[in-house]
Amino acid sequence: MSTPAPEDRKDTMVGTAAGEPAPDAAAKRGPSIATREKRQGTLNPSGETPYLVVEDLTVKFPTADGVVSAVNGLSYSVPLGRTLAIVGESGSGKSVSSMAVMGLHDRKRTKITGSIRLGGDEIVGLPENELMKVRGDAVAMVFQDPQSSLHPLYTVGNQITEAYRVHHKVSKDVAKKRALEMLDLVGIPNPIRRFKQYPHEFSGGMRQRAMIAMGLVNDPKLVIADEPTTALDVTVQAQILDLLNNLQKEFGSAIVLITHDLGVVAEMADDVLVMYAGRCVEYGTAEDVLARPRMPYTWGLLESIPTVSAANERLQPIKGLPPSLLSLPSGCSFNPRCPYKERVKGERCTTELPELLPVDGAGAHTSRCHLHDKASIYEAEVAPRLG
Amino acid sequence: MSDNVRMVDAVPAAQAGTPLLQVRDLKMHFPIKEAAGLGRTKKVVQAVDGVSFDLSAGASLGLVGESGCGKSTTGRMITRLLTPTAGQILFKGKDIAKLKERELRPFRRQLQIVFQDPYSSLNPRQTVSNIISTPLRVHNLVKKGKELDRVQELLERVGLNPEHHNRYPNEFSGGQRQRIGIARALAVEPEVIIADEPVSALDVSIQAQVMNLLEDLRRDLGIAFVFIAHDLGVVRHFCDEVAVMYLGKIVEQGPRDQIYGAPQHPYTQALLSAAPDLGTIRGVPPKERIRLVGDVPSPIDPPSGCRFRTRCWKAEDICATQEPPLEPKPLSTAGHVAACHFAEPKVDLTAASA
Repeated sequence: MSTPAPEDRKDTMVGTAAGEPAPDAAAKRGPSIATREKRQGTLNPSGETPYLVVEDLTVKFPTADGVVSAVNGLSYSVPLGRTLAIVGESGSGKSVSSMAVMGLHDRKRTKITGSIRLGGDEIVGLPENELMKVRGDAVAMVFQDPQSSLHPLYTVGNQITEAYRVHHKVSKDVAKKRALEMLDLVGIPNPIRRFKQYPHEFSGGMRQRAMIAMGLVNDPKLVIADEPTTALDVTVQAQILDLLNNLQKEFGSAIVLITHDLGVVAEMADDVLVMYAGRCVEYGTAEDVLARPRMPYTWGLLESIPTVSAANERLQPIKGLPPSLLSLPSGCSFNPRCPYKERVKGERCTTELPELLPVDGAGAHTSRCHLHDKASIYEAEVAPRLG
Repeated sequence: MSDNVRMVDAVPAAQAGTPLLQVRDLKMHFPIKEAAGLGRTKKVVQAVDGVSFDLSAGASLGLVGESGCGKSTTGRMITRLLTPTAGQILFKGKDIAKLKERELRPFRRQLQIVFQDPYSSLNPRQTVSNIISTPLRVHNLVKKGKELDRVQELLERVGLNPEHHNRYPNEFSGGQRQRIGIARALAVEPEVIIADEPVSALDVSIQAQVMNLLEDLRRDLGIAFVFIAHDLGVVRHFCDEVAVMYLGKIVEQGPRDQIYGAPQHPYTQALLSAAPDLGTIRGVPPKERIRLVGDVPSPIDPPSGCRFRTRCWKAEDICATQEPPLEPKPLSTAGHVAACHFAEPKVDLTAASA
């Protein structure tokens, strides 16, 4: 595939960021980032100036059965030109956290605390009309199911031009020209004919391309892709992932990729954040997390996937079920399912929530686990099973 | 009815050596209404168009392909949830493709299916006990009053708490529901289970639990599996033999290691190359990448000759005029067949371990 080496991407990123700084955000961005960097130097594995900064994000839904803590103290950051993959099983809070970045939660039913900054500007607590200016302009979202996220009664062209005209005061003709340009860019053949068609006339892969065209029409600095290829077939999935990669190289935007498929992560991500029960349990570069993981849950995930290339050995599933978000277990959320908790002295795993700490004392690769000798356990016991 | 059951059970001894299940030139064409015109032209969706394979007792055959390739339709025809348009399904030598419902019933006991979606395949208004014991009653397999014992035994077999027999499906998680679906299939002691995407609706950690359960059942009970999936990793893990389908036809079939290690059909090669693979980070990334362009053509009006030619980089004139037969190729090992005029093995499509 065309996945560039991380160095290549960095170049693209720097070039774009320097070439076109966001006009109004630039003034605010400088100082706030600088102070943040001082406070939490290890927040971003690449060490570059981030565009999106999420700090101590908590999302709670009060329900009749109690308060659902969907996201608990999540922090991450993404610089322009880099892709962060958020991995986790259903209910781990990966989609909820990114919907918060888009400001898509119902204000009346959600309690969001913490900070989400885009190029230095705070999003949390912004009034709806201010949010509308950000949404679809600086931040775009590509959803999982292109069938239900395109309006069935408007032509595809109509929907893309509208997305453009909401944020730009231009005539219909100018917007149409822009929309055709985008359709062409995302690889939809015969854009002029396709412009006039309705979503049902598109195949699944084409619809996802149209969604991406709509998302990118305003040159967003940040694209949130929520399971963008889960509904697609594997050959089409490969096309869409290539497209996202190429567009990122061209526009230098930051991508937050939400997925449960570690194969997709391996091919797309620069950085990886593993979520479990609303918390980040491991965070680092893709190489660190996938090739040198330091958290039993990540080990469990890697051991439970049958891969296309690996030998045929018995899978090692994680026993049990993910916990209910209504009543998280005390201590480490993963402790009821963790096969290594006996190795931690005392009852720390069940009484004390481990902090997200650098795995080797310093550095950007962090994990949330009380185990002392994570590296040696992984090398001696887990890695051989992975083949 | 119990007489019928015994009769069927008696058949295999006489025909030892023949595969348990033989599928011959199976076709399923769904008629559709023509939207335009006067509705005189009759069009059909050629969902499955001439599929043949054998399944021996205790074996597992994987059917892989993208959506719309006909893999699920094939599974439903074998279990006779659909009546094939043409072709034969020989179960222990007897053709069940055209049997009427009454004659079919004893065979239903032998051929069971596990569905993809554990939420819609269990009746929400029935208790687990009722769901699992219905097939027992239908086939007269247990004495009255002994049903609960058998249900609890089955629940235990699939790794559920036998005490939970009185609960309703909504009280279980997705993985547990899938186990209930498996217990229901096991209740009648089938010889073949068609598993139609049994793990694709489940989270990865749960997926591995269910995969291991299916593997245990295969090993302990000697049940043969037709395993339908789009996930190439899952199929590689579970199946001895793999058949790759494209637009209603099998394009390549062979032993697992041949299909994954040295695929000969361009479509199989593209499919393997497109599968996102963890090995790319942990081991040596594959040398070559194949990217198909475009989408699968419509099964209403499939391309002439080879159906894959519209997306194939090797296609020449002969591909449009002459349909390539599914046959052994010069470089094939035993049992490996491909339907391509220009078949040649390709290695290095998946990541190698470091």
